[in-house]
Amino acid sequence: MSSTAKAPEVVSRPEQVTVPPTTTGPHKQLEYVRFQPRYRVMHACMVLSFITLALTGLSLKFSYTAWAARLSRILGGFETAGFIHRSAAVLMFTVFIGHLADIVRTKKRQRRSWGEMLFGKDSLLLNGQDLREFLATMRWFLGLGPRPRYGRWTYWEKFDYFAVFWGIFVIGSTGLTLWFPILFTRLLPGWFINVATIIHSDEALLATGFIFTIHFFNTHLRPEKFPMDITVFTGHMPLAELKRDKPREYEELVASGGLEEHLAEPHQPIVVKTVRFFAWIALGTGFSIVVWIIYAMIFAYR
Amino acid sequence: MHKIARRRWLVIIAFLAMAALAFSRQAKEPAKEQPKEPAKAAEKKEDPSETCLACHSEKTMTTRHGKQTISLYVDGKRFAKSVHAELSCTGCHSDLDPDNIPHPTPAKVDCSNCHAQEGKQHAASLHGKALAKGDSLAPRCVSCHGNHDIVPVKDRDSAVAPLKVPFVCGKCHSEGTPVQQTRNIPQHDILTNYSESIHGEGLLKRGLTVAPNCASCHTAHNILPHTDPNSSIARKNIASTCTRCHSQIEEVHRKTIKGELWEKEAHVLPACVDCHQPHKIRKVYYAQGMADADCLRCHANDNLRSKDGRTMFVNAAEMPGSRHAKVACSQCHSEVNASRVRPCETITKKVDCSACHAEVAQQYQRSVHGQLHAKDDPNAPVCRDCHGTHKILGKRDVNSPSFPTNVPGLCANCHREGMKAAVRYKGEQHEIIANYSESIHGKGLLKSGLTVTATCTSCHTAHRELPKTDPESTVNPKNVPQTCGVCHNGIQEQFSHSVHAAANDHSGKQLPVCSDCHTAHTIQRADQDQFKLEIMNKCGRCHAAIAETYFETYHGKVSRLGYTKTAKCYDCHGAHDIRNVNDPQSHLSRANVVATCQKCHTGATRRFAGYLTHATHHDPRKFPFLFWTFWGMTSLLVSTFMIGGLHTLLWFPKAMQMRRELRAEEAREAAQSSADEKQAGREAK
Repeated sequence: MSSTAKAPEVVSRPEQVTVPPTTTGPHKQLEYVRFQPRYRVMHACMVLSFITLALTGLSLKFSYTAWAARLSRILGGFETAGFIHRSAAVLMFTVFIGHLADIVRTKKRQRRSWGEMLFGKDSLLLNGQDLREFLATMRWFLGLGPRPRYGRWTYWEKFDYFAVFWGIFVIGSTGLTLWFPILFTRLLPGWFINVATIIHSDEALLATGFIFTIHFFNTHLRPEKFPMDITVFTGHMPLAELKRDKPREYEELVASGGLEEHLAEPHQPIVVKTVRFFAWIALGTGFSIVVWIIYAMIFAYR
Repeated sequence: MHKIARRRWLVIIAFLAMAALAFSRQAKEPAKEQPKEPAKAAEKKEDPSETCLACHSEKTMTTRHGKQTISLYVDGKRFAKSVHAELSCTGCHSDLDPDNIPHPTPAKVDCSNCHAQEGKQHAASLHGKALAKGDSLAPRCVSCHGNHDIVPVKDRDSAVAPLKVPFVCGKCHSEGTPVQQTRNIPQHDILTNYSESIHGEGLLKRGLTVAPNCASCHTAHNILPHTDPNSSIARKNIASTCTRCHSQIEEVHRKTIKGELWEKEAHVLPACVDCHQPHKIRKVYYAQGMADADCLRCHANDNLRSKDGRTMFVNAAEMPGSRHAKVACSQCHSEVNASRVRPCETITKKVDCSACHAEVAQQYQRSVHGQLHAKDDPNAPVCRDCHGTHKILGKRDVNSPSFPTNVPGLCANCHREGMKAAVRYKGEQHEIIANYSESIHGKGLLKSGLTVTATCTSCHTAHRELPKTDPESTVNPKNVPQTCGVCHNGIQEQFSHSVHAAANDHSGKQLPVCSDCHTAHTIQRADQDQFKLEIMNKCGRCHAAIAETYFETYHGKVSRLGYTKTAKCYDCHGAHDIRNVNDPQSHLSRANVVATCQKCHTGATRRFAGYLTHATHHDPRKFPFLFWTFWGMTSLLVSTFMIGGLHTLLWFPKAMQMRRELRAEEAREAAQSSADEKQAGREAK
């Protein structure tokens, strides 16, 4: 993917899009492939493990609510819930390590240096461009300017990414301490278990709260995408949406002439329906958890 | 007696001397005696008896009295051996005219001339009165003592020697004699029964002269009917009669006769003869005294009613199996008077069980039940309400209302919700019977039939129930550990060393006892989940702050979810043996704490034991690490959500605007495409 600057536009017009020739039929429009299958699987695994961890973990954190006791029963009791929690943690660790391994593999395949990987164009690390876009976004929010022409990764997407990165590190390490307290207290004092409990629990609250509110809004609930954006599961994104949402990426793709190799035929409707079905479950669960957290924090706190 | 006899002797000598002077002038009277030999009047003054015996030693000497032929023979040898040998014949036959032969019929000898007291007693006695009435069968002195051959009672030849007394009395009082047949003697087979009795056996078979004979109880001369209040066998005197020999009997009969009650209140107590029937006294305890059969003559009738309509029927069939099988009616219904046709008509009071069950009665009087009864409260239960009346069964009899498994039902009669005792009760305990039945004790007793399980009376006592507030009550908090400890001895031992034991705490705070954690009537098995979970709240009632911090830890949270596998208060602190953590014997002392953790966390180390099981992040001084960690994390959360939230809020209007534009675009496109299609359609035509 090459980068070419283009004049910013508020909304990309569909007419401007060079629609590649359709080969399979009049109704089939090719879609932009934003995520490779392995990333879709990874995200699905993340969703599964995250929600599982949240449910099982919060049932303990909010043990003083009737809901927690009920949930714990549904999950098979605190021991089973604990087992599920740790299994989900293993899955998340696997995703995390798999992701790191993928980065290394990608670097090798693309024969790029670490410098290029970390500070190059499509890096997820925050850079000057993000700062400029953030400031431009603030102006847009306040009606002082147009919508910035975002590229492949917006600054909030990068923030979400690193939030998870940080979260896995913080929650994961303290979680392991709580999982193997005898091992860890060979080195650490006993009260560190108490500290780890607070960190693990509050960071988990932050993660769940953030994902199920801010991330959900940023990605799914913002009115132009409402009720959800399933790109991360299907990997596909209508070209029109790409042009509208990430005009800079689109323009760069067009300019580099590499757009066509990123296009693919849409999924079968059943695939999309299935994806939506599961996305609904994930969304619904997430919202329920938020409601529960708010209830527990405000109405049932003690 | 001898002095009197001598004085009389002198008087008689003088009298005889005067009589001798008047001998020649004595008038001739028609003589019935027919002396065969002339009297040796000359010898009379030296030895008057010799003179008499000159004639009376003739065995064939008789006289006629009406149709009877009466022997006038006197055995001189025996007379010489008798106590009266020193007396002359005329000493007793004082009205005799020795010179006038044959003598006119002399008056009967009056022994009371010498034996005044005995004479007086005899005159007042049954025998004496009968004699006065002219009863021909009534005995005189001679009937028992003989006449010329009277020897001291201690002499084995005496007619009234102990061994002979039964036979002396038996002459008239054995079956078939005119006395027994024609006179009103309530006893029968007296001599037979006596000879088979322990008294008769001792006397007659073993020759034990101190064994009581007839006279021992009936007295020798003062024989009175038992209805006479002065009689030695009158109901109220019988005890003192028997105790003349059985002087320590009250010791043996402690349960029956308390102290001096026997003598002092004989009318309320059973008399000896109620159990030990007269004449039949055996070594064994007697089944019947005042004949139960007599009572049952009326009371066996199941239609028998009192004036107020109560049934007076007594089911005799119930008695043999009862605890009182060997107790006669009259022992409980003690005011009966055997001399009445209806012995029960003298009864004025209800049966007083305390006559025998004095200790129990004393307990009862101290109890709430007894106190109510003393106030004549109609709700107060009395002995029979729990124990029944005639069919009283021992507490080991499964059919007894006081058999352990029946006790809850018995108490429930009044203490079940809505019943008379439950209604007036104002305390904290409710549904006592229902709760008890579901408790570990209730299940053990009622479902498993384990009779050693605690029942109502095990804690409240059977007869001395007192309210919890009474310091003497077995369920007063002060006494509860001891009460429970009767069975749970090991637990009480542990508890006595704990911080909760009154002996170890001088803070003046109210200390928990068994029932504060285990409750009184809803006691559960301690290994049941519900109990394990509830016990934390029990600890938390006093240890509120420490319980709250416990619930902030993993242990507490899991417990709060309703699971019992994580450590609860008692897992670390002990259940009954809770000691101060500074006590070396505490489960949490420095020496023991690691082992305590290892109960669950195999491989736990001392460092691991440093985990703060009651940590709170609200106390910066005690737990600064936790406090600052918590507030650090909270700041992170708050700031992240604030920034994220603000970002979203600002975004929202713009996103709405985008949505509107998008929708407008789509509508325009749709219109355009439909127009295009129409255009294409028209072109095709």
